[in-house]
Amino acid sequence: MLGEAEPHWLSEEVKTGTTIIAIEFNGGVVLGSDSRVSAGASVVNRVMNKLSPLHDKIYCALSGSAADAQTIAEMVNYQLDVHSMEIGEDPQVRSAANLVRNISYKYKEELSAHLIVAGWDRRAGGQVFATLNGLLTRQPFAVGGSGSSYVYGFVDAEYRKGMSKEDCQQFVVNTLSLAMNRDGSSGGVAYLVSIDEHCTEEKVILGNDLPTFFDQ
Amino acid sequence: MAGSLADAQAVTKAAKTHLSFHSVQMESPPLVMAAASVLKELCYKNKDELQAGFITAGWDMKKGPQVYIVSLGGMLISQPVTIGGSGSTFIYGYVDAKYKPNMTREECLQFATNALALAMGRDNVSGGVAHLVVITKKGVEHVVVPGNKLPRFHDE
Repeated sequence: MLGEAEPHWLSEEVKTGTTIIAIEFNGGVVLGSDSRVSAGASVVNRVMNKLSPLHDKIYCALSGSAADAQTIAEMVNYQLDVHSMEIGEDPQVRSAANLVRNISYKYKEELSAHLIVAGWDRRAGGQVFATLNGLLTRQPFAVGGSGSSYVYGFVDAEYRKGMSKEDCQQFVVNTLSLAMNRDGSSGGVAYLVSIDEHCTEEKVILGNDLPTFFDQ
Repeated sequence: MAGSLADAQAVTKAAKTHLSFHSVQMESPPLVMAAASVLKELCYKNKDELQAGFITAGWDMKKGPQVYIVSLGGMLISQPVTIGGSGSTFIYGYVDAKYKPNMTREECLQFATNALALAMGRDNVSGGVAHLVVITKKGVEHVVVPGNKLPRFHDE
């Protein structure tokens, strides 16, 4: 038909609404994310994996504007490859986080994405770095994205130092499930990545296998 | 009460007057639903001017213990557990995970105190002391937990 308006979601910014989380354990890290990508009120991708590899043992979790976050991750992936060839060994997690932070800080007015960087290296073991707005801080665990507001209380209450890898994976899955239930911009399936000295393991937990709570 | 405290105070005062008149007419203490409804009428009819939300909870002879929430626009619903105010966004996950039906009085007090402490730790406009009110068939008990006696979590 003449003069037909295009669907509203074609002109709205695509955001990875999101809940992302990364947590350190003794010997590695676990990262988790939901899978919903929204443009306004429409879900444009319900199975997007927001855990992006920066190197063999360093991953980042994407949130905010989908385009901005993906571009930062791809740029840092390239920069890390060059850097690791220059130094002749695997890069440190701190280096990767610094590269992300440098881009986020320099272009902070233009970009709106928050990446959590986490991984394992020989020098300092498992590490999690938050890079919100261009700061760089190492934390035992970090949550991000629109869904994170709803689970600050839960993670504050449940986090304990010295959890095992399995405990961390369960903690991440529970947190994601709670956030996905409350945040309209988070949902779908849960992606998990566990990194330690020996292996990097990617896992998907489908919607009906996620933990449920008293009102479901 | 949550939102603009001035609005909330004004509405509560009006509701108290309505309710005491109502209970004189009915010749019995008002139902919890009646109290919630009075608040809801005021919030709904004046939704353009007001910015106040309420959680109403109590005990009456007809239905026992009940909890109702009246949101900003004047929606009224009954729930087994409910949270509100700016700090509540941070504890949705905690409440969903930790609430179980049919807890004892002590378990409920601990659950509410923990939830408040967690929210106060993250919300910059919530804080100070925690006020708790326990309402049963026998009456009302007011419990105050000062800031230094609140539960602490991993980063404190």
